[in-house]
Amino acid sequence: MDEQRFLEYVQSGGQVETTDRMPDDYRSKLVKFIEMHGNSELMGVLPEREWILRAPTLQRKLALTAKVQDEVGHSQLIYRVVEDLGKPREQCLADLISGKSKFHNVFHYPTKTWGDVGVIAWLVDAAAIISQKALLKCSYAPYARIMKKICWEESFHILHGRDVVLTMMNGTDEQRELVQEALNRWWGPLMQFHGNPISKEDDPMYIWRIKSQGNEEARQQFLDGYVPQIWELGLTVPDPKLRKSDDGVWEYSEPDWDELKHVVTGHGPKTQERLEFRRKFLEQEAWVRSVVLAEAA
Amino acid sequence: MGALSRARGSSLIFEVFRQEKKGAAFAHAGSVEAPDATFAHAYAHEQYGRRQESEALWVVPRDAIHEVHDFHDELHQTYHRVDGYPLKEKLRLARERAGGTAKSVDALSAGGG
Repeated sequence: MDEQRFLEYVQSGGQVETTDRMPDDYRSKLVKFIEMHGNSELMGVLPEREWILRAPTLQRKLALTAKVQDEVGHSQLIYRVVEDLGKPREQCLADLISGKSKFHNVFHYPTKTWGDVGVIAWLVDAAAIISQKALLKCSYAPYARIMKKICWEESFHILHGRDVVLTMMNGTDEQRELVQEALNRWWGPLMQFHGNPISKEDDPMYIWRIKSQGNEEARQQFLDGYVPQIWELGLTVPDPKLRKSDDGVWEYSEPDWDELKHVVTGHGPKTQERLEFRRKFLEQEAWVRSVVLAEAA
Repeated sequence: MGALSRARGSSLIFEVFRQEKKGAAFAHAGSVEAPDATFAHAYAHEQYGRRQESEALWVVPRDAIHEVHDFHDELHQTYHRVDGYPLKEKLRLARERAGGTAKSVDALSAGGG
């Protein structure tokens, strides 16, 4: 079918399978979007990995390890979808470590304290699950299908994060302070997470129905769901302008879009260190991949 | 699908089907890339069953799956489907013709009580 008919098909809720014909532009947009998601899952474990050995209890250590395993598993599922669209996993990994492809802004920042671990698992995962739930309706069916499993596992992560935060908020003043400081550090990146408020009609990812909602829609949903939960714990959101207007829309200070752009283009505080980590491990484990493949041949 | 099966070198793609509960149908869950069946089983086990969310898995080399998808209905044959039998209008007519002579359902059930 021609591009116009294909567009009408996906815009009226039609779904596409791997073996269906699709316009080149659609395929390349899919690869770009899904690959960045895969990169983000893979890079997203690094900030938390740093805390596995420093987790305060054995239970927390196990939970954090399980979460890291989940996220790496997600990246494997997602790279499989990209591979079936024509871009091999090796190429995805090569483009990731060379800085050619991107990953989400929130994974370029340091995890200073255990408070950050709680705030990441609770709020970063909450922001992510809002985007991911909207992907359950993605026009590309194989991606929509794996999102079911991913969302299911993310829902544990949010609970785990909320449990960490609640435990600290029920603890000493010092522990409560750690959560507040972490929230202060993460609020900016969280508000940037869903992207600039470009109208969804102008967003190519929405036009092709790869995404099913606009950026601002996702951010409003995040604020609506989580600001009340933050406030009820006695935490302060570091934005004096934040309020829900009478018509139910959240108002907030303009997020720092320059920071977002700067960070995702490879200039975040931890970007290079984490890419270096991936480079080192890809190199270090190369022999395992070659042995396994040689054995099987 | 065969042309897509070898994503690289000697690695293979295995499709994974998941049964959520005993007696339920196996549904396609996703795929894993593995050098051979043994690795594929291990990866599928880890990826789709480590939280006891599956009763069983089918792990199938992608090449073994043959898709059939040409289901045309140019003649709009509805006689072998439920939607080929819209009885409502015919039933209304038949009831009208029967007029007062037929016993109503209510009368029948009252009589049978």
